[in-house]
Amino acid sequence: MTPGRRKTVPVPRLIFEKSREGRMGCNAPVADTPEVDLKAAMGSLRAELHLPEVGELEVVRHFTNLSHVNYGIDTGFYPLGSCSMKYNPRVNERTASHPGFARLHPMQPPATIPGALEILAGVQDMLCAITGFDHITLQPLAGAHGEMACLMLIKAYHDSRGEGGKRKVVLVPDSAHGTNPASAARCGYSVRSVPTDPDGNTDLAALREALDDTVAALMLTNPSTLGLFEANIVEVCRMVHEAGGQVFCDGANMNAMVGMTRPADHGFDCMHLNLHKTFSTPHGGGGPGCGAIGLQKHLEAFVPTPVVRRRADGSVELDAHRPLSIGRVSAYYGQFLMEVRAYTYLRAFGREKMADIARHAVLNANYVMERLRAVLPPAYDRPCMHECVLTAEPIKKETGLRALDISKRLIDYGFHPPTNYFPLIVHEAIMIEPTETETKETLDAFCDAMIAICAEARSNPELLRNAPTTQIVGRLDETAAVKNLDVRWRPPARHAVEA
Amino acid sequence: MNVPHDLKYTKTHEWVRLDGDTATVGITDYAQSELGDIVYVELPTPGRAVREGDSFGSVESVKTVSDVYAPVSGEVVDVNGALGAQSELLNTDPYGKGYLVKIRLSDPAAVSALLDSAAYAALLA
Repeated sequence: MTPGRRKTVPVPRLIFEKSREGRMGCNAPVADTPEVDLKAAMGSLRAELHLPEVGELEVVRHFTNLSHVNYGIDTGFYPLGSCSMKYNPRVNERTASHPGFARLHPMQPPATIPGALEILAGVQDMLCAITGFDHITLQPLAGAHGEMACLMLIKAYHDSRGEGGKRKVVLVPDSAHGTNPASAARCGYSVRSVPTDPDGNTDLAALREALDDTVAALMLTNPSTLGLFEANIVEVCRMVHEAGGQVFCDGANMNAMVGMTRPADHGFDCMHLNLHKTFSTPHGGGGPGCGAIGLQKHLEAFVPTPVVRRRADGSVELDAHRPLSIGRVSAYYGQFLMEVRAYTYLRAFGREKMADIARHAVLNANYVMERLRAVLPPAYDRPCMHECVLTAEPIKKETGLRALDISKRLIDYGFHPPTNYFPLIVHEAIMIEPTETETKETLDAFCDAMIAICAEARSNPELLRNAPTTQIVGRLDETAAVKNLDVRWRPPARHAVEA
Repeated sequence: MNVPHDLKYTKTHEWVRLDGDTATVGITDYAQSELGDIVYVELPTPGRAVREGDSFGSVESVKTVSDVYAPVSGEVVDVNGALGAQSELLNTDPYGKGYLVKIRLSDPAAVSALLDSAAYAALLA
């Protein structure tokens, strides 16, 4: 594949700029009642809003043209590390749009929605089987929300044992997602960082030193954000438990384990799952997400209410009677239609085929790592799980070009860039998560592009420095975007002069 | 990479300039170059006591947010207020107008335990 030429697509104008006074998008029938002057009836409309006045065709063209300059999993490869940008099967949408699900109202009496409750219980049952946990709740609305809910459960657990007062510290590895320390701080904990050893595992000696009776929990991502399975996971959990702490598993990387190994068996007390990563509910555009959490029996008394509970006869009820509960963590019961999508996905695979997800995700990541090793060496040289973390440090030393320049150039080759500069402990990190849904041909085309770009870094560095050049906009000024954030449209100055 | 000879350094890429019992502290040229364009700086309020190795603030770039660690123990006596409006000073003049804080040392001798320029340059090599 070679980089495309500059497209002739002009920068789309804003819909505000297409506005002409008096233009309308609807065609009102001739009135058979007396016409009333709008201004007289309602007073002045808020002229300062400058709402766009456009016809229906203008609106259709505007948004259709915008969709043509979008990039998503439906248009191309999206190897964004730590995000599991897998294909979301269309059948998920078909079930979620079924009127019996789509038209439910969250305030409907539970007795009128046995089918919906069965879906929720079904997802919970299957996630229990996949993770090994005793209990699953689907209430949290995002990954970080799930993390926070787990920490709240851990806090309630320590409080119930009279140890809440002294256990004020949460341990977080230096490779962790930034949401981990943020969730801990949000729950009132102070955060202590645990270093990574030279092999990419948690440094056991440093962990031992950090553990004492002030530690409430360890938050551990497994596989880690380095894309590596935590080799000492059983020992890590044992050490934390021995010190009286709890172990939370950040399940962002569950795609590497689904159907293969169960976090509850490793010794974790609780975890969160991103249905929008591992279980193929939509991820782009902010979801909406679902940060389901799983927990062992000793935390069950504290789960958020209401609990979707299966009765002995198999039927499902909403159980709000949990006196020790931390309370609701969201209105109603999570993102119901996301759970319908996840249910569809889980059923489509079934227990027998579930492990294919992890197997192919891990195989694809290792394939990419091996093909790119000569130009972008792995940060830690051992087989990876569902994603590989490479370093552009050698290229930076030789040419001065950075991981960011490589990623920007990749856009010219027609691919979404991988994650850059994360995890923080890897210099010039390039984190690639191909997922299981890509063909070998796609992976090869991506690797060919990366290899070609690394050659360009030496032969024609300006191509990288100026990239991207094939898009409707070039290299964006990220600094200005952060320092001078301004996303509000204002009418052109001409109007101001007239006024 | 610019590593001035008259300063002391930490492994976490802070620099220290000692003047009597007061240490001026900032981040090194290497640190600012690794971070990229710096967009926000969070600093302590004057009067705060800091302990060597503790985080006393953070530096946010377009890439990441990094904690800044106190190279020495003491009391913060001055913070660089100019960084509020001009965080880019950390990029353009890390050893001068881009300093972060001044700390009155509880033990001025502690500075001698920090890295000298040769040792810090070796760390970067």
